[in-house]
Amino acid sequence: MSRPVSYNLIQKPLEADISMAPLPDGHQGEGFFATSLDAVIGLARKNSIWPLPFATSCCGIEFMATMGSHYDLARFGSERVGFSPRQCDLLMVMGTIAKKMGPVVKQVYLQMAEPRWVIAVGACASSGGIFDTYSVLQGIDQVVPVDVYVPGCPPRPEAIIDGVLRIQDLVAKESLRRRNSDHYKALLESYGIQ
Amino acid sequence: MSLTNEIIQQRLTEKFADQVGEFVISYDMLQFSAPKEINLKVLNFLYDDSQLAFTFLTDLTGVHYPDQKGQELAVVYHLHNLKDNIRLRFKVFTSVEQPDVYTATGLFSSANWMERETYDFFGIHFVGHPNLKRILNVDEMDYFPMRKEFPLEDQTRIDKDDEMFGRG
Repeated sequence: MSRPVSYNLIQKPLEADISMAPLPDGHQGEGFFATSLDAVIGLARKNSIWPLPFATSCCGIEFMATMGSHYDLARFGSERVGFSPRQCDLLMVMGTIAKKMGPVVKQVYLQMAEPRWVIAVGACASSGGIFDTYSVLQGIDQVVPVDVYVPGCPPRPEAIIDGVLRIQDLVAKESLRRRNSDHYKALLESYGIQ
Repeated sequence: MSLTNEIIQQRLTEKFADQVGEFVISYDMLQFSAPKEINLKVLNFLYDDSQLAFTFLTDLTGVHYPDQKGQELAVVYHLHNLKDNIRLRFKVFTSVEQPDVYTATGLFSSANWMERETYDFFGIHFVGHPNLKRILNVDEMDYFPMRKEFPLEDQTRIDKDDEMFGRG
């Protein structure tokens, strides 16, 4: 049985030549606009995510298509792909991660500055995929916390874009205090970080 | 006269008498075996003899035969004579309880990593190897994954959806 690809369910008609991000909730009047700091920073962050591609196999090829002119991830404010973990916000792990590669993924994650997000693209990064074997990590969530999983083997570029949009939702709605919370510290503690 | 499989077999039986045996020719490639104690003598003879001149170790690997009691593990050497362009396959067998085989690193530098790989996957202990440690797998691994001592995947498992991987 085939599984139809079902992304872009919500059609967004083109309103103007240049789309603007919607205003966050707040109060406005003549010459002023009041909202929460969380919303403003979330708005700024979500539309300027710097991805760090960690591509090891075929999902990386799909990511190259995603970054290319046809699918164009740059439309969502992520055109600046950084190859330095120090500067990037979003670790995109795409492809099979062998157990020997696990410490490398973790090292890259540790080198990233907070706030940082992780997206596991494809079946292998999410769960080990078809490589249910002694040498392959059964999902990168065994070494680093993951925010969004993109299914597929490999996922289509639309799916990767959908995953980045889910990350954008998380980034926009994240409380500025989340990274200092006990819950978050306990999460990192469970991965042996800090 | 160029080298043939018959000449190689004849030279080997002249030198080692009944210690070498199990001569088989499959797909024009000669295969034979010897006790593991004399593996270096055989390799040295094949290397030094001016007629045989098997100076190139193309491959070295292991095989696990769990049903051969006392001879469970095989070490396979693939040798190449570059002058006459002829290859052969040489096997030694060892028990899985004491998998000690003399290292070929003294003769072939290329045996270094291949013996490490064979150790990594089959647990064959190469006596005299300068740096016998895992090469491909994680250092923390405490088993030898290519040995045939692990159960096959349970075909009834449902935690991995076959349809998602195109094998439904």
